[in-house]
Amino acid sequence: MNAKLRFAVAVVVLGLLMTGPFILTGTLLFADAKEAERAALADLLVPRLPLGALLTTLGFIVGVSVLRNLFKQYVQGLLGMSEKMRLMLGANRNFRVAAEGPPEVRELARAVNDLAQQRDELLTDVETQIDHAKASVEEEKNRLAALMSELAMGVVVCNLDGRILLYNNRARLQFKALAQGPTSMSGGALIGLGRSIFAILERAQITHALDNIQQRLKRGSSEPTANFITSTRSGQLLRAQMAPVIAPSVDPNAAENPISGYVLTVENITRNFERESQRDQVLQQLTDGTRSALGNIRAAVETLLDSPDMEADYRGRFMHVIADEAKSMSRRLESTMNEFADSLKTRWPLEDVLGVDIIAAATSRVTSQLKLAIKNEAQDPALWIRADSFSLIQAITFLASRLQDHYDIRELRFRLSSEGKMAFLDLIWSGTPMSSETLYTWEYESMTVGSDTTPMTLRDVIERHGGEVWLQRETAVHRLYFRLVLPVAATPEMQHDEQVGHMRGESRPEYYDFDLFAAHDAASSGIDLDRKLSDLTFSVFDTETTGLQPSQGDEIIQVGAVRVVNGRLLRQEVFDQLVDPRIPLKPEGIPIHGITEDMVRGQPTIDVVLPAFHEFCAETVLVAHNAAFDMRFFQMKEDSLGVRFAQPVLDTLLLSAVIHPNQESHKLESIAERLGVNVIGRHTALGDAFVTGEVFLKMIALLADKGIFTLRDALDAAQKTYFARVKY
Amino acid sequence: MSHKILIVDDEPNIVISLEFLMKKEGFIVAIAVDGDAALEQVAAFNPDLVLLDVMMPKKSGYEVCQAIRSDPARAATKVVMLTAKGRESEVAKGLALGADAYVTKPFATKDLVAQVKSLLA
Repeated sequence: MNAKLRFAVAVVVLGLLMTGPFILTGTLLFADAKEAERAALADLLVPRLPLGALLTTLGFIVGVSVLRNLFKQYVQGLLGMSEKMRLMLGANRNFRVAAEGPPEVRELARAVNDLAQQRDELLTDVETQIDHAKASVEEEKNRLAALMSELAMGVVVCNLDGRILLYNNRARLQFKALAQGPTSMSGGALIGLGRSIFAILERAQITHALDNIQQRLKRGSSEPTANFITSTRSGQLLRAQMAPVIAPSVDPNAAENPISGYVLTVENITRNFERESQRDQVLQQLTDGTRSALGNIRAAVETLLDSPDMEADYRGRFMHVIADEAKSMSRRLESTMNEFADSLKTRWPLEDVLGVDIIAAATSRVTSQLKLAIKNEAQDPALWIRADSFSLIQAITFLASRLQDHYDIRELRFRLSSEGKMAFLDLIWSGTPMSSETLYTWEYESMTVGSDTTPMTLRDVIERHGGEVWLQRETAVHRLYFRLVLPVAATPEMQHDEQVGHMRGESRPEYYDFDLFAAHDAASSGIDLDRKLSDLTFSVFDTETTGLQPSQGDEIIQVGAVRVVNGRLLRQEVFDQLVDPRIPLKPEGIPIHGITEDMVRGQPTIDVVLPAFHEFCAETVLVAHNAAFDMRFFQMKEDSLGVRFAQPVLDTLLLSAVIHPNQESHKLESIAERLGVNVIGRHTALGDAFVTGEVFLKMIALLADKGIFTLRDALDAAQKTYFARVKY
Repeated sequence: MSHKILIVDDEPNIVISLEFLMKKEGFIVAIAVDGDAALEQVAAFNPDLVLLDVMMPKKSGYEVCQAIRSDPARAATKVVMLTAKGRESEVAKGLALGADAYVTKPFATKDLVAQVKSLLA
């Protein structure tokens, strides 16, 4: 029974108590009396009834006001006090109940405060000990962090779902180079704790590398690592090496421990290979160019030697050939050296890659870009190729797209074999025969697939690999195939059997002890409403605007946001952007948000910023204070910009009303004060987002006290208070 | 009856040696300086063996070789490819496209003559 109802019942009872005995006595007297006595009684009472009623009513009013006062002080006062006491339990330990109200309640408040004091002393003692223990752990973490930041390589640690658990600054810089367009304004937003690595690297590439590692672990390999190369659109090449993170052993007899995640080391190899690539080029030009001239000279000289009786005229012509070719060789040497100086347009380096990796990558590219079915024929899984995987895959995709366009093929098959130092990658199809001449023309066209264009030709790619390509027929089965010849690489993996087992557990570095590897991701990237609030990733944001009326032309001038992952506010993973509203600022707004015309002029406009912000918030729950206001501004833009914020939104204003229904103010400052959150840098979008984020983190524990654990619980509760507030 | 040999090469400096060598061995020799001319000569001259350079204007040696091989009537015609490109993959391509032998420049004249003789034996 709630307090209001109880109050109403008490008032009714009071009324009954005050009138009941009198009416009852009167009724009894009246029933007992004789006819004459009744008349006398009536004569006596009736004229005095108004006075009696007046006195009773007055008494009733006094009674009700006493009751109300008692209720306010003892029932509501205690309710309010218990809300505040709960604050001391959880969110704000230093909060103390104010001693107000009647002496008993004040005494209770003092007793509670004393208890809290005693608890604090105990807690402080325990905390000191915990802090001491934590400090040594922290020191080790810091040592690791320092080590990682010193590395010239990018390091990223992921769990099996591809969520990033750890990264260093170098990785952040390297992946920033991959970011396209406005995302760069959020400072490498693509990489972040809890974000998916698949936003940066191709899922198929990672999956394939993991499969390889699993296989190697099964074989007992001492180097269960996998390498792959990925290229940025700006032409930079990144080499990634993947090493598994082995889960700690639960069963000591288990044959192998499961992989719980992986470490990626990423290195920019573009420059490393430039020089080697140039040397290769010169060598190739010299040998190819010299062969012909030397061949001519040698043939002429040997003919002269073998024919001593040659007529003088003929002999003269042979001598002329030798002189001519010797001169042309000198010229060629000269021009090669000149070209070497000029040819700073470096080519792509070659890397050792597994042939099946190339095929897997080409398969995913061809199926996704061309929607062409791919089947695999015999493929040597252990064949390493020395290749530039990027351009090679481009070449394969180019050939597949030409076949699709001109010969209407439905299916393409890949086959991989080798012979000595040559690897054969075959693209097989059946159906309409084509002529070799068609392939010759394709070889010299620049490769285009859909909207992807490159100045390189198929011939360039082939030359780069020192390879060949030709068309061959399998007449018996009515099939044709393109055979790509590529150089075989020396197998990079060394087998050291005595080192096997080193990977298992005992040499596990201590920094893996971060309890981050629990893979709790649902299969899909969608947000699961039934997940606990404490497990979700949030983007807490705030906006500054020119005014309060989006429908009357007010515009966003600043967006700030910060990520909350695993119950931590990540102050380094933020979105902070001023926006040019393209309308004049209102002078009355400037003192509030502190943003002036000069600051917004030349900043990107909302049609650039909002899509970037949308990307920043992908796969997270949005949190804001009075979110409805900010969301209205976004919704005004959704249609014209084609970005829709479809994810769930939590409002700290409504959540505060859920947690503290008896508090009057749910302003951000008031909540922050109640929950013991320091307010710094308010009234910048990012500053307010920080405060909102801190407040929100405190609220998660308080909501749990109310039985609100999942996102769905929180959304439902907020909606109920919202309707409750609307009714008022 | 002496065998007929077609020399296909766009470089006169090698043609002079090849022509001299083959004539010295008693073969009947014809010369073509590009791919198109080579195919005309194959039809007109009906050679037993073609010495075929790979790098030529108009049609490459690979194309000429494939054209010869695609004609069942010329199945007996031998093709020896001569090239300044010595990479293994190019040798593989030549042989895959139907060449009987693949000789890389620079070559020993004795070896070439021996090769030609053994193919025609």
